[in-house]
Amino acid sequence: MDLRFTPEQEGLRAEARSWLEANVPSRPGGPGPLPSLDTREGFEAHRAWERTMAEARWTVVSWPEEYGGRGAGLLEWLVFEEEYYRAQAPTRVGQNGIFLLAPTLFEFGTPGQKDRYLPPMASGEEIWCQGWSEPDAGSDLAAIRSRAVRRGDVWVLDGQKTWCSRGAFADWIFGLFRSDPGAERHRGLTYFLVPMDAPGVTVRPIAQLDGETGFAEVFFEGVEVPDTQVLGAVGQGWSVAMATAGSERGLSLRSPARYTEAAGRLVELYRRCAWADPAAAARSADAVARAVVDAEAYRLHTYWTATRVLDGGTVGPESSMNKLFWSQTDLLVHATALDLLGAQAEMLGDDGRPPPWLDGFLFALAGPIYAGTNEIQRNVVAERVLGLPRG
Amino acid sequence: MHFAFDDHQREFRAQLRAFAEKQCTPADLRQAWASPLGWSRRRWEALAQMGVVGMTVPEEHGGMGLGLVDVVLLLEEAGRSGLPEPLLETAVLGVPLLVGATGPVADQVRDRWLPKVAAGEAVLSVGTSSMPAVPGAVGADLLLLERAGEVHAVPAASVTLVPRPVLDGSRRLAQIEWEPSPATMLVPASESAGVLAALGDRAAMGTGAVLVGVADRLVAMAAQYAVDRTQFGKPIGSFQAVKHHLADALVRVEFARPAVYRAAWSLSEGERDASVHASMAKALASDAAVLAARSALQVHGAIGYTWEHDLHLWMKRAWSLAAAWGDAAAHRARILASLVGDA
Repeated sequence: MDLRFTPEQEGLRAEARSWLEANVPSRPGGPGPLPSLDTREGFEAHRAWERTMAEARWTVVSWPEEYGGRGAGLLEWLVFEEEYYRAQAPTRVGQNGIFLLAPTLFEFGTPGQKDRYLPPMASGEEIWCQGWSEPDAGSDLAAIRSRAVRRGDVWVLDGQKTWCSRGAFADWIFGLFRSDPGAERHRGLTYFLVPMDAPGVTVRPIAQLDGETGFAEVFFEGVEVPDTQVLGAVGQGWSVAMATAGSERGLSLRSPARYTEAAGRLVELYRRCAWADPAAAARSADAVARAVVDAEAYRLHTYWTATRVLDGGTVGPESSMNKLFWSQTDLLVHATALDLLGAQAEMLGDDGRPPPWLDGFLFALAGPIYAGTNEIQRNVVAERVLGLPRG
Repeated sequence: MHFAFDDHQREFRAQLRAFAEKQCTPADLRQAWASPLGWSRRRWEALAQMGVVGMTVPEEHGGMGLGLVDVVLLLEEAGRSGLPEPLLETAVLGVPLLVGATGPVADQVRDRWLPKVAAGEAVLSVGTSSMPAVPGAVGADLLLLERAGEVHAVPAASVTLVPRPVLDGSRRLAQIEWEPSPATMLVPASESAGVLAALGDRAAMGTGAVLVGVADRLVAMAAQYAVDRTQFGKPIGSFQAVKHHLADALVRVEFARPAVYRAAWSLSEGERDASVHASMAKALASDAAVLAARSALQVHGAIGYTWEHDLHLWMKRAWSLAAAWGDAAAHRARILASLVGDA
């Protein structure tokens, strides 16, 4: 056991830190924080930031160099993430593609698909959104009804996807469609890649809790898709989509740096409040410490799991435990910050936007819902880790 | 960065597990609870022969000279198996305290007692003046006691013990009537601050490791019960209310575990933040064990509330150790003070 980083890892850290200090928009003397990701203007500003990062090969450090990465390992990726959050750099507009689709592309994509989709994903040229949920398929994802019908040498897609994060402005969507109408549940599904500007695709943005369009409904009416846009085998979409859920993706959906950085800011907030109003701060002291401890526990658990993966182990259904833990930690950090802010917490900024703690709280509220509700994750943990019978 | 144990460390844990599965069954535990000592000298000797008792004793004194990273998995296993013997008190609290002692009689005490500890012939117990009673004092041969900042090594023969029974039948606490003397002075007050701080950190980490093992066992027992017990015509583990209790408890246990391992590494390496790491380990492990106990009891229902069922043998250990050497809130307060004070 050795918990020190290698000189190479520290070298990567130093390189990332100095590049970020010189380039992050919110740096002293820089242009300032980007406008909200969930506006057209903000989306394009975040895309431009991806391009800036890509030019220095920082968007996908763990990918092979041929696709725009640095060929770095899992631990190096975690080091980079620590620096990224430390620098308070912009939210990654490309994260749905990079963290959810790319691992699946690496495992199931043809060489042609990898060459076609990975480089523009790395550069920010093509931003992806996800098409999992449907109006009648949420927690019960296998109830998917959107159809894919074979006509000549193309597939024709019909149906409706919803709660598509980044869907309002994304360029491409990935998701599951029922390609065998006779098959039920997890069978007969196929994984498709579809451009959002294809004829027959209609996007209806949905305003979120903060009033902005972070997600969208996407309608498919006779959308023609060639075989080159099928990922993995026809009819195997469910296992294709789930295969990487337990491997690296189980670690990379939410990097621990996000929570340790927020917990560090929470301690700063606590320190200021303790100076201004010691009695009020004292009421939140234990919650502040809990948030700090849980964020650190998540970081340690991630390094523990990453080591196991690097030693040839797998993650499997344990990734559901990660999701439960980070989503609860995120809420604890932000709810505690609002407690410390007291009556000030409800105030919006001069631009009408929630200031950072309130914005973070609203975002954290979604955590126990998206990527599989926490109730579903608890079922997975109970059934597949503890061995309890299915209900 | 390689956050994993090596093959030797895992193998040692496997040996202890195999031993405990044969020699420390729930029936053995009940026998220990009913005995005057609360644990078994025969089992202690067997553990000594395996090298477990003397694991931290330096090699020149007949031990294995292992560090805390080597030891932490054994402590976890001791918790998991419910081992009632004073392993933590002797090997993790007492021995390093003796090894680090600087007072005039320290060499003499080490030469006399450490070989006996390694051989399984002497048991140590450590107490501070802030404790209402000293854990493991009943049955200990040498007591390492703090008073007014001084640490003394006092043979059990020269003190009066007033046993203070507690809820956990194998934890035999006692109040100790004793008088310090120059002949027992292990660490003078002027040199004890670091020694006592290190003791508290080792105790937090070590108790945390035992608690993780205890919690792991409690969740496992409840999961098995949820598979076996049928109501409404199906196993109760098929109901979401039961699943969610156990999933939540398991998550807290699994996220406490690496924090305990990290604390062992930091203490062993003398990392600058090692004390904070020890507090994080104890805070997480205490909460995990208390939640596991609570959830396991609820899943068992009335049968878990009986003396006859084995659940309480582990539940009571969870409650005792969650409060020992600083409860979760006390350690969180220490963490926050350290973070805020750093500025």
